[in-house]
Amino acid sequence: MKNSYTVALAGNPNTGKSTLFNALTGLKQHTGNWAGKTVSLAEGKVEHKGKTVRIIDLPGTYSLFSNSTDEEVARNYIVFEKPDVTLVVLDATSLERNFNLALQVLEMTTNVIICINLIDEADKQGISINEKALTRKLGVPVIKISARNKTGFTLLLDTIDRIHTGKIVCTPEIIFYDEEIERKIRQIEPLVREYLEDSISSRWVALRLLDGDDSLFQQMEKRLLVKGG
Amino acid sequence: MDEAKVIKLYDAKIGSFIRITSIDLEGVMRRRLLDLGFVRGAVVEVIRRSPLGDPMAFRVSQTTIALRKEESQRIEGELV
Repeated sequence: MKNSYTVALAGNPNTGKSTLFNALTGLKQHTGNWAGKTVSLAEGKVEHKGKTVRIIDLPGTYSLFSNSTDEEVARNYIVFEKPDVTLVVLDATSLERNFNLALQVLEMTTNVIICINLIDEADKQGISINEKALTRKLGVPVIKISARNKTGFTLLLDTIDRIHTGKIVCTPEIIFYDEEIERKIRQIEPLVREYLEDSISSRWVALRLLDGDDSLFQQMEKRLLVKGG
Repeated sequence: MDEAKVIKLYDAKIGSFIRITSIDLEGVMRRRLLDLGFVRGAVVEVIRRSPLGDPMAFRVSQTTIALRKEESQRIEGELV
């Protein structure tokens, strides 16, 4: 087992993602440039259970599909850089809007934690959230925190560690589409798997193929060519 | 049974609520609107119309979004 591993923070704008990032890393951040992109990502470190956790703050987005540079950078990081754990930060007072991104991430990758932030604000508004029911429904850990008040951090860091060590196995709920789409996925997915050998979720790539996501395929061509030598 | 009346978002009156039934848009714009909450089954409130009638503001999943006529004419729903 590696002594250091990577956690990516994804989330809508204004969900307190950067507050969480700064609280976890103690503001020890620097910004780095990533392959072929000029948008910079903040990176910081936190020590937990004798291991170094590298935390990457992805750009805040509502989606990973609409082809803005921010969304592309966030998507490319999750799909191609493959962080050990992806943390999706949601605003507890606006879950309906925020779950769009969360469900997209659950389709892309397996090791996901749904982190419901601003829980103090939700309490004030009389919103109560049943994280156990959500965990059962989504198949990945759902944790309530307040980044501002630093509550829920111990559980969050322990859960990240337990996913990394394999004590928690994430099994994201598969989202099924109508029969026409599912039939096409069944046709395409085996071909995709043959080509990518599980390096990227073949179901997700099949869905992107059906969607005609050109920017993704340009990236794949570029990156897989480089890796293939 | 009464069939609910289907209208375009563009033709809806201020203050009315519409449950979206179809979005006749493609590509990036379609994706963008879906991401913002304009999905089939979602209830949208018509907030206001600018003086010349375009754009219009809608309330969808707790946020106000302005749409141009080009888009609001292509989204249909039934009055609730």
